[in-house]
Amino acid sequence: MSTVTGHFSRRPHTVLPGFKLAMGVTLLYLSLVVLLPLSTVFFKTLSMSWESFWHTISAPRAVASYKLSFSISLIAALINAIFGTLVAWVLVRYNFPGKRVVDALVDLPFALPTAVAGIALTALYAPNGLLGEPLQALGINVAFTPLGILVALTFIGLPFVVRTVQPVLEDMEKEFEEAAQSLGASPFQTFWLVILPAIFPSACTGFTLAFARAVGEYGSVIFIAGNMPMVSEITPLIIMTKLEQFDYAGATAIAVVMLVTSFSLLLVINTLQWWARKQRGEERL
Amino acid sequence: MDIEIPPLPKPNTRASIALKGLIGACFAALLVIFVVPAFSSVNPNNVTILNVSYDPTRELYQEINSAFAKDWQARTQQIVTVRQSHGGSGKQARSIIDGLQADVATLALGYDIDMLHSSGDLIPANALQRLPQNSAPYTSTIVFLVRKGNPKNIRNWQDLVRPNVAVITANPKTSGGARWAYLAAWGAAYLSGGTTVARDFVTKLYQNVPVLDSGARGATTTFAQRGVGDALLTWENEAFLAVREFGTDKFEIITPPTSILAEPPVTVVDKVVDKHGTRKVAEAYLQFLYTPEGQEIIARNNYRPVDKTVAIKFSAKFPALTLFTLADVSGTWGETQKTHFSDGGIFDQIYAIKFR
Repeated sequence: MSTVTGHFSRRPHTVLPGFKLAMGVTLLYLSLVVLLPLSTVFFKTLSMSWESFWHTISAPRAVASYKLSFSISLIAALINAIFGTLVAWVLVRYNFPGKRVVDALVDLPFALPTAVAGIALTALYAPNGLLGEPLQALGINVAFTPLGILVALTFIGLPFVVRTVQPVLEDMEKEFEEAAQSLGASPFQTFWLVILPAIFPSACTGFTLAFARAVGEYGSVIFIAGNMPMVSEITPLIIMTKLEQFDYAGATAIAVVMLVTSFSLLLVINTLQWWARKQRGEERL
Repeated sequence: MDIEIPPLPKPNTRASIALKGLIGACFAALLVIFVVPAFSSVNPNNVTILNVSYDPTRELYQEINSAFAKDWQARTQQIVTVRQSHGGSGKQARSIIDGLQADVATLALGYDIDMLHSSGDLIPANALQRLPQNSAPYTSTIVFLVRKGNPKNIRNWQDLVRPNVAVITANPKTSGGARWAYLAAWGAAYLSGGTTVARDFVTKLYQNVPVLDSGARGATTTFAQRGVGDALLTWENEAFLAVREFGTDKFEIITPPTSILAEPPVTVVDKVVDKHGTRKVAEAYLQFLYTPEGQEIIARNNYRPVDKTVAIKFSAKFPALTLFTLADVSGTWGETQKTHFSDGGIFDQIYAIKFR
């Protein structure tokens, strides 16, 4: 006990009170909510031998699902990073009738149960659906193909980018843009050199959140994916399939792969973001 | 002996009060979650049991429950409330293994009941020999639902593997009903030509499947509402329901000449009933399913009754066909699961061949 308090007291003194309590609660909370459930995933896989673990995670169906889940999640997050930023820009910089309604619409994918989103999107894009029928006439099948998964993942990821970029744009004063223009910058230069660097970190955060959400998404995707093995089967479905067969260890083995991959990707993105912020900070000095 | 008690560290009062509050709140929550429900079934004149079942039986058990409650009250003066829980059969079995307090389990497959023994040790190994007909008070079979007028002229199993036919069924790995559908297709081919023919047949069949939903109801939606496919391979009771729901002018049921005898089994969950002291009422509940009254409710809800007299009464509703059992074509559930549905089994090989 004394070593712990000693350790904490050696930390630089801060004028803000309540560090110990806040830190304690933080650790407890994180352990209960995040670490404990995730560690059981790892413990369950410990019941497997290394060979059977490798056999499970390298099965062709599993590998095909990783490729599908991660690539489509990345594409969906990228689409959202671009169009979400645009939506945020429009919502902050322009006034138009019905702006409040549009603003509220952005949050709908958050509020809607994912299964409802999945069913609605499937009804819309199915071969006999409102959009599906004309698209099929053009030779494009959306529902029950990987394209359908992309539609679902883009839908559920939108609010993340809009809601992270919006406050930054709101804080950014219009005078910066006006100053740039009056100093002779073209609209493109204003965007590229003034606006983009300011909103890039938050767009990046939004991208990361949208990506993380997409990788784990199950409810909305299974309705529209078609779930064909090797073609449109997402990794969370593989996990569900294994659970359905009482293969707890196999399910957690796949979950470990997802966890480790997601965590590494998020770590890389966060590091890049931190580095970009540092670069920018130094330039300013 | 002289023990020196170290002085207690002076607590930060505000923090400790907050902490105490937090701990208190946690205990209160635990109390509500674990202790309160334990008292709810104590009243001797009121008893509550939980029936954990699979998806399509919702309406069936609603009717059974109220009929049983009347019957039980007349016999014992006790008021029984049967609560229902529905979901995918495998998921429900897992919930029971993970601690859902099911007094009775009425699932889609023997395999899921087997798991209650082998994975959870909640019931004895011979659980399904305790009631008549392998503990299946109702049976069903796998039929084809086709679009009105049967435009692709689908009559028999062989018609499903024609190159221009698209078949909708759920994924047998995630759906109990779809597992019966797969085994019906397998069995029909197996009885005509043995293992090689059967393997070839299911391979061709699943190459004609453009969408694999995770559950039977999802497959029905894909077929009926999304307009995908020419034939839906499904439970007979689910086909009846789809025709009633969407109209006889849209779909018709084709009963193939041979199909599988699907036996959805029922059992009391011994560990749970012994803990709750509900064994008597739970057993009576399951036996009620076999009574003429129970059997009539079953037949009205589109399941095939096992009682001969009731079966004759409803013979116009359920067309006669040659039924084979799981044991005829594939052995026990354990063997079936291993050969067909486990990782690397025949079902997986279908897709491995397709994408080699």
